[in-house]
Amino acid sequence: MQTQSARRGRVDPHLSMRDYDPEADLMLLHFGPQHPSTHGVFRMDLHLDGEVVVKATPYLGYLHRAVEKLCERLTYVQQTPVVDKNDYVAPMTNEQALNMAFEKLLNVEVPRRARWVRTLFAELQRIASHLLWLGTFALDLGGALGGGSTLFIHTFRERELILDLFEEVTGARFHYNTHTLGGNRHDLPAGFDVKVKAALAEIEARLDGYETMTLHNSIFVARTRGVGVLDGELALELGITGPILRASGVDHDLRRDAPYGAYDELKVRVAVEQGGDCYARAKVRVAEMRDSIRLVREAIEGVPEGPLCGFKPIRLVGQVKATAGQVYVAIETPRGELGTFVIASPDNPTAPHRLKIRSPSLHALSAIPYIVPGATVSDAVAILGSLDPIMGEVDR
Amino acid sequence: MNALAHGASYGALIILTLLTTVAMGVWFERKFAGRMQSRLGPTMVGPVGLLQSVADVVKLLNKEDIIPRDADRGLFTLAPVLAALLSLGAAAVVPFSSTVVAADLDIGVIWVVALGGLTVIATFAAGWSSNNKFALLGAMRGIAQSVSYGVPLVLSVLVPVILAGTMSLSGIVAWQTRHHWFALWPVIPGLPALGLFFLAMLAESNRIPFDIPEAESELVAGVTTEYTGAKFVLFYMAEYVHTLVGSAVASVLFLGGWDGPIAPGLHWMVAKTLALFVAVYWVRWSLLRYRSDQLMALCWRRLTPLGVGLVLLASAWALFAPGGPA
Repeated sequence: MQTQSARRGRVDPHLSMRDYDPEADLMLLHFGPQHPSTHGVFRMDLHLDGEVVVKATPYLGYLHRAVEKLCERLTYVQQTPVVDKNDYVAPMTNEQALNMAFEKLLNVEVPRRARWVRTLFAELQRIASHLLWLGTFALDLGGALGGGSTLFIHTFRERELILDLFEEVTGARFHYNTHTLGGNRHDLPAGFDVKVKAALAEIEARLDGYETMTLHNSIFVARTRGVGVLDGELALELGITGPILRASGVDHDLRRDAPYGAYDELKVRVAVEQGGDCYARAKVRVAEMRDSIRLVREAIEGVPEGPLCGFKPIRLVGQVKATAGQVYVAIETPRGELGTFVIASPDNPTAPHRLKIRSPSLHALSAIPYIVPGATVSDAVAILGSLDPIMGEVDR
Repeated sequence: MNALAHGASYGALIILTLLTTVAMGVWFERKFAGRMQSRLGPTMVGPVGLLQSVADVVKLLNKEDIIPRDADRGLFTLAPVLAALLSLGAAAVVPFSSTVVAADLDIGVIWVVALGGLTVIATFAAGWSSNNKFALLGAMRGIAQSVSYGVPLVLSVLVPVILAGTMSLSGIVAWQTRHHWFALWPVIPGLPALGLFFLAMLAESNRIPFDIPEAESELVAGVTTEYTGAKFVLFYMAEYVHTLVGSAVASVLFLGGWDGPIAPGLHWMVAKTLALFVAVYWVRWSLLRYRSDQLMALCWRRLTPLGVGLVLLASAWALFAPGGPA
């Protein structure tokens, strides 16, 4: 009986195995942590009836590195390179979220130039992150030995262009450590805007091709449309944010709803889709890439002159002190709302008493028990890919 | 030369040629895929990486041959051998020119289709005996797939059989030599039938968009998950030989086989076969993968009715066409 309703995807994810029809003879498949498409070390336990998933249980923690605890040990200025490694696909926005929280806690004013540069970096990072997502999603749908890998390598080539830009500014391709208290550490080099525009033109031209290869491709549509439908109410209940929430018809984007950085001066066009399925999520992300290209163009034009860091030069790591207060700051990363919650206490003025990171990927994965049952194993891979989880951020 | 000696000598020749072609085909595919993906492909072993396949095979043969503890040892060992034998066996009746053919059977078409269909037994044996859940799912998908693509495959093959009035592959080519290639005339059952055969061939040799039993992003490596070393080589080789023989059969059935101007027949046959072989990889490195149930829906709802229609058209052509087939 249970499996009948499970096929329609209406199973209560918290049911134990006892509650299932013993005659259904389910197969338990450990999907991960060592599996080609679990985006790192994620594990799903799938109960299969044939190929249909009856129950899906996510297991986390294989990449837990105690980042939050580490942050309580390090001083306020030492933590940026640590959180870089959380969302290793979008390190810029990690740094930004952390430093914005500290700035709010310590009442540090960020100069206008730094806010614009941060926004510029965040939008470039969004393009890079979504490009990587598009490639890995194609890999999930098409396999490492086929058309999927072709798209994957092509999107990686375009992502390289953005990493090259970041490298030119910060000297690092990946873990930048460029945000700091009160601003940024690396100023834009001369002629940077020309290079940004050239890279954007190339990415924009090729994005059309990728859209044809994915959103307009009948196999892609067949594999994604109607698969993993997440309705907006459930998404809100689970705390899901970002492109996944917007694909479920909820018009929510912190860049517009709670502007930070330079977003109060730049106009963000929020892409919203009603479908709630993998196709809608793909569509939202592609639309966001296009909007980010536009935003970067506006940001690079609008970066004002002035100081890049509003904080006095730091000579000792322990010189920044906070004795009281608690703040929560959230920004819109490529994956959704990345929040940093910090409590300061007089016991240890140079480091946070408690630091909690609210990662969008963790909440995205919480949808799995609800939207995977009723789908096949192939769909489970597509759904997981469409949620775009980064395990470094989920487990921290 | 009596028939047995002829069969044995040409059989050995064709098998050796096929295996060499597979090794070179793998190299070519990797170069081709590399260029499609804006990278170089193999470059290190031999000139322009030509010996990469040799190095890979030597590496694989040197690997430890692991049989999982709870596997069905006999079946586990038999499956790759069966897969290799069946794929090579189908080549026996393919005429590479009017003389280069190991066994010119009267029912060559049935032989090719039957051996192709039997490969699913090797797939299932491998999946079942591995005692691995991913392999079992792959085997299950393999059977569902085989049941689905089998019907359109047979229907598409029936078109040239009806038009030429013979089941001998040499006979079909001979007919095309006298009249037209079936892909060109009569173009309506001919060209769509070639397309249908091509799709069914992709499904039979587990190529994207129908590489569902392997589906490495879903099932790790599908039925071959537990296979290592020499056994894996056999599966790998069988897959390529299958594609190659399928391409050869397609050029025999629809593209006039060895028929062509100026150059010798064998050259034409090889050229046509390799062109189709490349087409398979072009498709493979361009498209994404269908889901198992979508393949079944495609085969039963679209391809099978199409195949029936084509067979009816071919029959009508054979009956009423001016001049008619031979």
